Amino acid sequence: MSIRVDNLSKYYGDAKAVDDISFEVHSGEILGFLGPNGAGKTTTMRVITCYLMPSSGSAQVEGMNVVDDSLEVRKLVGYLPEQNPLYPDMNVLDYLEYSAQLQGVIKPMIPRRMKEMVQICGLGEMIHKDIGQLSKGYRQRVGLAAAMIHNPRVLVLDEPTSGLDPNQIVEIRKLIQDLGKEKTVVLSTHILPEVQATCQRVVIINRGKIVADGPIEDLQRSLHGGEKVMLEVEVTDGQSFEMISSQVRMIPAIETVSLLEERNGVKKISIATSRATDIRKDLFQLCVQKGWGLLELHREQTSLEDNFRQLTSEPGR
Amino acid sequence: MNFDNIKHIFQKELRSFFNSPVAYIVIVVYLVILGWFFTSNLFINNLATLRTVFEMTPFLLLFFAPAMTMRLISEEKKAGTLELLITKPIQESEIIVGKFLAAWTLYFFTLLPTLCYTISVGLLGSLDIGSVLGGYLGLLLVGGVFIAISVFGSSVTENQVVAFIVSLFIVFVLFMLDKVLFYLPSAVANVLEYVSIDYHFSNIARGVIDSRDLIYYASAVGFSLYLATAVLQKRRWV
Repeated sequence: MSIRVDNLSKYYGDAKAVDDISFEVHSGEILGFLGPNGAGKTTTMRVITCYLMPSSGSAQVEGMNVVDDSLEVRKLVGYLPEQNPLYPDMNVLDYLEYSAQLQGVIKPMIPRRMKEMVQICGLGEMIHKDIGQLSKGYRQRVGLAAAMIHNPRVLVLDEPTSGLDPNQIVEIRKLIQDLGKEKTVVLSTHILPEVQATCQRVVIINRGKIVADGPIEDLQRSLHGGEKVMLEVEVTDGQSFEMISSQVRMIPAIETVSLLEERNGVKKISIATSRATDIRKDLFQLCVQKGWGLLELHREQTSLEDNFRQLTSEPGR
Repeated sequence: MNFDNIKHIFQKELRSFFNSPVAYIVIVVYLVILGWFFTSNLFINNLATLRTVFEMTPFLLLFFAPAMTMRLISEEKKAGTLELLITKPIQESEIIVGKFLAAWTLYFFTLLPTLCYTISVGLLGSLDIGSVLGGYLGLLLVGGVFIAISVFGSSVTENQVVAFIVSLFIVFVLFMLDKVLFYLPSAVANVLEYVSIDYHFSNIARGVIDSRDLIYYASAVGFSLYLATAVLQKRRWV
């Protein structure tokens, strides 16, 4: 187990930022830490990286406690804080060297590690520039390079792609995926496609509590077990939606039937079932029976987005 | 404490002093002000002495020490880089000591050109070497205390102006303490006299190096840096 968080709580004065959460991250896994703004993602990461002490509970990295073996934990972890703070008046090489020195990289290894990081993060042309002159994308790469300079076993990245343009986002994601092959990566975000693109497992946190924890495939499935079917029919005999709806409801396990769109007798209808059952065959037969022109019929996948919204809109689930 | 870590912090801070205008402005402005006071009455008094250097510098330091030091920690807080520093495997005390030594070294470089005065006065008349050495030692020590206090001032806030004012206030009070002693009962006065920075300085500047004065300076520096370290450590628990 690479990271282990047990019943962790963190208060700021009276405000509860993180409320009794527990989760684990396996070695070599990329974990997406998901939640709306202010959910407690950053606070949790700050505890794991020893920036803040837990109010109660504990966190362990590679078996070492963040309170008792703080210095050891900090040696193992590479951390990219939110907003990616950097020294604008330092040049890229000086900054990487400084980070390597403070991370305790032994002196003869420093030039080699710097060279590797410059290469991996694509900083080649920028090494002699002051960080303050770099574009946001390059600054993000400098931050990542500094976080990885000591070849840490665990990488904690707080919103690594925030503020980047779409091309840069793709590049950084690819970089993270490459890294995830040999390292444990925890990355926080509130951007859902990012999780789908990079992570194997997701922990969703809302108001300081974990509301979901599982492989990404599980979370793309519907939460209550039902399915959604989209039906588009052409009705020529002037039947109203209510009449069609009552016919459809004859099929067992139908939960809701709603009209999405109506144009020239073409009706687009969304049907939800209460359990996982395929009703497409029944719908087809119904259409044939009633003489409706079937234009479209497909099963809709409940997206991660729907689940996320559902999980994080209910207060204190 | 790991001396390598202190060294890395020290080197980085010293380099950033000299890579930015800070170091040059501090040195030039100090020399201009001091030079004006020094030369304006040197020939009128017609004495081979560096008294102006030793009397003016602590006054100038009241402003210069907080100004040199104010961004050392407050800027890291404001820019968020303190988070980077704190999550590295180094101790808060190493951060504080490294930064203090960098500022103290800048101060040393500020004093260095005043050796020109020493040499020229020495050539013009006979200089009391003992009191000159004592004076410089005293200046370095007073500077150390002012800078250590200003490091603490910088650690309590993320606003550089606030850091400057807080530091100025503390060093001003400690410096002026022995000037208000007439109004106080002698028991209190003795204690305050010992706490006053200037009282110890005047001893050393006369060329008398007393262990009590040295202990005072060492403990004042140590206590200020300890407080600054405690401020950084405390924020882990907020």
